[in-house]
Amino acid sequence: MEFLRLTMVVLFKDLRAELRTKEAINASFAFALVILVLFSFAFDPEEDTTKAISGGLLWIVFAFAGTLVFNRSFARELPNDCLDALVAAPIPGAALFLGKALANYLLVLAIELVSLPVFGIFYNVHWTRQFPQLMLVLALGTWGLTVIGTVFSALTVNIRLREVMLPMLTYPILAPALMAAMQLTMQLIQGNAIGPETVRWLNLLIAFDVAFTAVSLYLVETVLVG
Amino acid sequence: MSAVAVEGVWKFYGDYPALRDIKLEAGAGACLALIGRNGAGKTTLLRAMAGFSRPGRGRILIFGNEPRETATRRRIGFIGHGISVYDELSALENLTLYARLYGLSDPRARALEWLARTGLEKVRDGLVREFSRGMRQRLAVARAFLHDPSVLLMDEPFTALDDRAIAVLQSLLRDALARGKTVILSTHQLREALELASDVALLVRGRVAFHGPCTPEMAADPGLVYARYGEA
Repeated sequence: MEFLRLTMVVLFKDLRAELRTKEAINASFAFALVILVLFSFAFDPEEDTTKAISGGLLWIVFAFAGTLVFNRSFARELPNDCLDALVAAPIPGAALFLGKALANYLLVLAIELVSLPVFGIFYNVHWTRQFPQLMLVLALGTWGLTVIGTVFSALTVNIRLREVMLPMLTYPILAPALMAAMQLTMQLIQGNAIGPETVRWLNLLIAFDVAFTAVSLYLVETVLVG
Repeated sequence: MSAVAVEGVWKFYGDYPALRDIKLEAGAGACLALIGRNGAGKTTLLRAMAGFSRPGRGRILIFGNEPRETATRRRIGFIGHGISVYDELSALENLTLYARLYGLSDPRARALEWLARTGLEKVRDGLVREFSRGMRQRLAVARAFLHDPSVLLMDEPFTALDDRAIAVLQSLLRDALARGKTVILSTHQLREALELASDVALLVRGRVAFHGPCTPEMAADPGLVYARYGEA
């Protein structure tokens, strides 16, 4: 219970700070919107191939936009050396990580949910045909992005070129999760439910989330203190 | 048992030893002033005592326990170079946040109490980014004292403080020492520090060049320790 309480304290602190400044969410949403619009210029929305790859495009946009949120996650603690006070407080590193990850998750999920209708309009895609399953994939894929993004945000927080380093480090590790999310999303927005042929991608996504959440929770204390 | 015991601590940055075989002790109710030139290792030592980094060799014990143990962290208050409060939150929100992180009962009441003690009750709902430097420093002091720590670790706490903030901090430190708390502070403001100190440790290039009681001579002539034990 104490772990959960501390996780919530960090979660609400991060959300309150972000909603007051809107630094990450504004930048991230604007970026997602611009990329979606630019990609729509490059591909003809009437082409079948565009519809086939649009799920992939969507996850590329989410990954790029998410990076802007993750970059701010621990960087927010740098002014005034707030990270020192958090590390000094009697709070498990895992609770600190989980609180930050949940705040990032909610922010990225909000950006995705707003981006989806924009995506539907610009790419002429009826993305709601398998809505519940699409939401499941969105939830799982976003958690995968968030866990890796948050832990690497902690790892790169003191690096001068962290804005460059974060995507360079996270995207290769995210490849399996992104691949699974893309495959599933492509099927779902074409109206095909998850079936025996695609369920292995869902299993991969779940396995990725569970494995990297466990590893991150285990390693975060070392990442923060050394 | 010492409140703080530093036992043969080495700390390396790459191959460079920033701390070399440091041995120090401070008992309950003691105030140890860590002095030394820039780069002597004062901040590195304080950060290791606070549990921000682990020593390469040796160990640090706070009341017989490692600094990173959760129960030990509850007993440490730290003021570093930064004020460690959030610009985008109000003074009250900041202190309530830390009260919650330290698991204090009635976090809001405790936060209000410390805002009053540091003279910030009238600006409790103001965002920290709108505060003057002196107000920010007083809020940092309130944050460090909020959970009534047994050991206060302070890295140059008097630097950049205005007269009012220095008076507030000195009064709080005197009160803490009278109640048996342990204070370890690094400083360049020797006069302010030696007024409070019961012991002095001079660090020179990561080594302890002197460690002993603070004598009236030292308090009267703050340069004395440097002149006797420091490098030319």
